Parts: sequence; structure tokens; C-alpha cells
Amino acid sequence: MNRFKDWWNKHFNKKKYQEEHSEDQEVVELTDEQKALDEAGVYYDESSATVVRLVSRKRNAKEYHVGGVQDVAAKNNWRAWIYLAPVIILVVIFLIYPLINTIVISFLENYNYATGHSDGFTFKNFGIILGLTTTDNGATEMYFVQYAIPNTFFIVFVTVPIATILALLIAVALNSIKWFQKTLQTIFFLPYVTNTIAVGMVFAVIFADNGIINYIFQSNITWIYGANRWVAMVPLCTYIIWSSLPFKILIFLSGLQGIDKQYYQAAQIDSASKTKVFLRITTPLLGPQIMYILVTSFMGAFKEYSSVVALFNGPGTLGSAGSPNMETIVYYIYDNLSTQTSYAAAAAVFLFVIILIFTIIEFWVSGKRIYY
Amino acid sequence: MAELLDEEENKLKTEDEQLPSETSVGEMESTSEQDDEKKYNIYPDFKKIVVNPNLVLSIEQSGRTVESIKASERVSKIVFTTLTYIFLIVLAILVIFPFYWMIITSFKQRTEIIASTQTFFPSIVMWSNYVYVFQVFNFGTYMLNTIVVAIFNTAGTLITTVIAAFAFSRLRFRGREAVFMIFLITMMIPGEMMVISNYITVASFGWIGEDQTLIEAYAAMIVPFWISVYYIYLLRNTFKQIPEELYLAAKVDGKSDWNYLWRVMIPLAAPTLITVTILSFMGSWNAYVWPNLVTNSADYQLISNGLRSSAFVDIDGGQTEYGYQMAATVCVTVPLFLLFIFFRKYIMRGVGRSGIKG
Repeated sequence: MNRFKDWWNKHFNKKKYQEEHSEDQEVVELTDEQKALDEAGVYYDESSATVVRLVSRKRNAKEYHVGGVQDVAAKNNWRAWIYLAPVIILVVIFLIYPLINTIVISFLENYNYATGHSDGFTFKNFGIILGLTTTDNGATEMYFVQYAIPNTFFIVFVTVPIATILALLIAVALNSIKWFQKTLQTIFFLPYVTNTIAVGMVFAVIFADNGIINYIFQSNITWIYGANRWVAMVPLCTYIIWSSLPFKILIFLSGLQGIDKQYYQAAQIDSASKTKVFLRITTPLLGPQIMYILVTSFMGAFKEYSSVVALFNGPGTLGSAGSPNMETIVYYIYDNLSTQTSYAAAAAVFLFVIILIFTIIEFWVSGKRIYY
Repeated sequence: MAELLDEEENKLKTEDEQLPSETSVGEMESTSEQDDEKKYNIYPDFKKIVVNPNLVLSIEQSGRTVESIKASERVSKIVFTTLTYIFLIVLAILVIFPFYWMIITSFKQRTEIIASTQTFFPSIVMWSNYVYVFQVFNFGTYMLNTIVVAIFNTAGTLITTVIAAFAFSRLRFRGREAVFMIFLITMMIPGEMMVISNYITVASFGWIGEDQTLIEAYAAMIVPFWISVYYIYLLRNTFKQIPEELYLAAKVDGKSDWNYLWRVMIPLAAPTLITVTILSFMGSWNAYVWPNLVTNSADYQLISNGLRSSAFVDIDGGQTEYGYQMAATVCVTVPLFLLFIFFRKYIMRGVGRSGIKG
């Protein structure tokens, strides 16, 4: 333990180390021979002036880059797997198997999860949820095409750009101020630490018929209960933007703090305008963060569910009664999970493919435009 | 533009002496021949830079003095700062408003809430809303369920996370990168893909059904969340920052891997572990979908489910009782806020760190 402390001080607490070693401070210059040994993976112990070679039982012909360490670790091969065993078991049961299983179910006709029985392989599930083929009863499954897909895409393309730009502006503004920076930062982070359902209910109250929004704007619009589908999108998108801001602001702020001040000094010398600085320096240098935020927010917005439940207490503006006109793709999945498992699985695969396409596009675009 | 350039030069000279001198032309000229030689050697292309002869470096022609430029600059700076503060404060008010409205509404009378004239402060503070909520809303049960699930969830997650992160960061074995890659890929896949099959898996374990017991309900809510690839990734990165020489030192001292993990790695990674704990706890507190799916009795559900299912509907009018609803909402939100106040640093650091990798 002492040796560890000594080592720690040497590297991280130089002052203390020098105090302790002030009298016996003799800098031992490594000879070329010793350096060669060091590089060859031999641990050279200065104090006892002996050379310790830490070797594995099985000598490996592979070249090592870091001295000594790998040699010790190499015999941990089997032990590492024991360490990982519980984790891997859990990952396989709850992450990898379900993934494959869901894809399989999406191709099974009339799959019953309780009995595990199905009527064989089919592509029909995708046709049914997309409204292309009729179900066995001759009915058409309309909700997915009519509500779930348009709603989800609407939410994605409205909330993600607005929230990202707003968060970027707030982060830049926060970064530029001196007083109350911490306080304001904390306030902007507050929505992150709330219960989605709870605050959604608050938004429902704010947008209620006799609520504060209608009072302030002296309007008489029905936003929530019994509202028109597109009108109801306003409180929904407002809530989603509100709740997605803190994470984005925090990421942008940490990115901003990492930008070298010299860029701004150079811009000042050229007397560049603030807009120019923002567009030509800040935004490009925040490229990695913007990229990360876009990937995560597109994924998040495609999976919107709790906010709908919180605001409308059901899939539609009439709650669980009436048509599910506020349904999202994920809402559809959960709704059909235990009754029409095959449809739910097909919808999940559909969602997965869409998210995959979006992520690939984002990476493709960023590869062209982002300078790290 | 030109005037500013001149002025900036003066500023640079006085304030930032240590700045490399190639940024200021005036200084270059005054240095001796020998020094020039030296600098040109370091920056061989420097001689090629020619100041455009048409560039007017004069303040006089614009009819302004240095003082007036400074003053106008100061004014524009003050205006800009003020605008920034206004922008931030307006948005901060918008962000905070729902919380304010939640608390205010929870103290309001029913008639005041649905009145056509909205008030920004309750005319009569109705503590009875809270009393009613505690009588009707089964707060104790939901709270107990949530805390039990949160504790076991967090404990399990911590154990798997620490072990996996240790193996991925320190131990060397064949296939390490491949396995870690598979882990990371699962992070990119929407959870809904897994939920369907997880539901089936948990059902096949016999944890879901008509005769569900409390323990089975807990198991169904806890076990699938014992693994979090994201936390493993977070902790692995922290472990990787701990110098590898420490491991070597421990090995030389004859410590086992297990000992090393507990004596060195965990104390050094404590901040990240606290972050993981809090985020995992918050996750349980916010869980809605999964508990809703796997429980078939309100007695087994968590706080979010309870909040949404008990709509506090008035028997007569079919109208939602907003006052009671908001009182319940306050009760659910306050514990999270307390957690945030005490662990603000850890929460914000944990969330913020995820963006550093880029």
C-alpha cells in the first residue's frame, strides 16, 4: 500500500512527493540498455536494482506494446470470462435473445405468446400494419398508417430541430455570461430530474380549457380533452421540447467549455461579428456534440410514448375512449403487445429499420460536414 | 474593421505579452535582425506573408478617436449582455413555470382552478387537497414498491456494471473487443425491440399472470433491468483512466484481481459509481411502461402508474379534480428534487460526461 501511495504522489501530487523525497533525491538516469529492457516488456525495479520479468505460462509470439502489464494479465483469460459470466448471461437473456426473437415473431402468423403457437412463416404482418393486406377477418388495420406513423414523424421533425437549436442558443448564452451562470444552468437542468408522467399532467392542466394558456392568450381553444388531432400536437410537442432541453443544453455546454479560447481571440482580432463567430466557429467546433445530440434525439423522438400517456391518459384526445388519434409507433407496439404480438413485433422491426436508416444518414452527412 | 485591427494590436501588446509575436506585425519590425533570423527559421513561410499595402490602418480617417471606439464597444457589449440575460431569464421562467403552476394549483380550490379568471396565487391555501390525496391515493404502497424496486434494481445494476467494466477495462482476454462491440451495438437498438420478447420471457418464467404474487411482480420489474450497457460503458471509461501501472503495482504486491478491484478501482471510481446509482434510482422512479405491462394489480405498481391511473375524477361532473391531481404530482416530484439538490454535481456530471466522447 505504501508503494502505491508513493507512486500516486509521484504522479499526481508532485509537491508531496518532492517533500518526502527531498533528501534521497537522486535522479537515476536509465541507461540505453535499461530503456531497451523497459520497451521489451520487462519491469525494471529501480529500488532493488533487480530485473523482474513477468511472464505468462504460455509465451506468446505476439508483440507487446506496454511493458509488463499484458504479461501479467495474459493468464487471466479464463478468469475474465468468469467475471463476465453473469453479465453475459443477462445480456443474452434480456438483450440479444429478445432482439432475435422479436424479428422472428414479426415473421410469424398469429403468434400467441402464452402458448408459443403460430401458424407459420409469413410476410403478412408487415402488410397488415402498413394497411396493404387485410387481416384474416377481412378487416383492415388502419391505426398504424393513419395515426402512428404520421404522428411519430410529425413529432420527430418538429421537436428535434426546435429543441436542438434552442438548446444550442441557450448553451452559448449560458457560456457567455458571468453572473448567475451556475444558478441559471441548474434551472435549465431541472426538467431532467422530473417524473415524465407527473409533469405531463401539469402540462395538461396548463393547457386545460380553463387553463392558464387560454387565459393569457384570451383564446378558447380545446388543447387536450376532445381536441383536434393537430391542435393537440401543440401541447404535446411543447412538452416534449421542454423535457428534452436539459440534456441537450448540458452536452452543448460541456462541449463549449472544451473549445480553445484562441479561436475566439483570433476572431476578435479580425473583428468578426457575433453571428459570424457563432456560425463559423462555435457551431463547427461543436460538431461532435451536435452529432451526438442529433443521433440520440432522433432515437428518443421516434420512441415517444410516456408523454402521450401523461397528457392524454390514453392513445387519443378522448383518452382511452374514441379513436387513438394521438398514437405513436411505440404506443402502437405497447397497445398490441399482449393481444396481437405479431403486429407489435412487426411494428417494432419497422421502427428499428427507420431508426437505423436515420442513424446511417446522420453518420453519412456528418462524415462530410464535421471536422473533428 | 481596419481601426479595430489597430486597436486590437495595442491591446495584444499590453495585455497578452506571451502571445506568439507573429500575430502582431508591429512588434516584428522592431525586433533585431538576429531575432528575425531565428523566427524565420522556426516559421519558414513567414517571409511570404505580405501586409496588403492598400489596407488602411488608421483611425483618423474614420473621424473617431480610440476613446470613442472603446466607448461604443463598451455600449454594444453592455447591450449584448443585457439581451443575453433577458433571453436566458425569459426561457428560465418558461422552464420553471410548469413547476410553479403545479405547486400553485395543488393549493387551489376547485372553483378557483376552473374559474374563467386565472389567479397566479391561490386565494385560499387548501392544505386539504394534500390530506385528501394521502387518504385516497395509496401513496404508501406505491412508494414502498418504488423504493424496493429501485434499491434492488440499483444494487443489481451496480454489481454487474462494476464486474463487467473491470473485465472490459483491465483484464486481457481473447475476444474482449468483440464482446464489448456487441454490447455497444445493443445500445443503438430501440428498447421496444427487446420489450416484446422480454415480456414473453418474463411470462414464461411464470412471473406474469392471474395468480401473480408480490414477489413475482417485483422479480418481473427488477431482473430485466439488472443490466445496463450504458453504465458499463460509462464505468469502463472511468476505469480506463486509472493508470495501468497501479494494476502492475498491485500485482507486484501479490494482490488478487478481486482485491485490486475493491481496494483501488472502486474507491477511485466512486464519483462515477455515485452517478450510476442516482441515475439508476431515478430510472426506477420514472419507470412507467414496463411496470404497467407486467403487473396486474394496482397494489404492485410503481408511483408513476399510480399517478396516472388514479385520475381523481369527480363522481358528479366527470371532471378531473386538478387540485388533487396536482397535490399528488407534487408528492411525486418533491423527492426527486431533493435528490437533485443533494447530488446535483454527480447527476449533472454523469449526464454531461456522456457527450464528451463525441
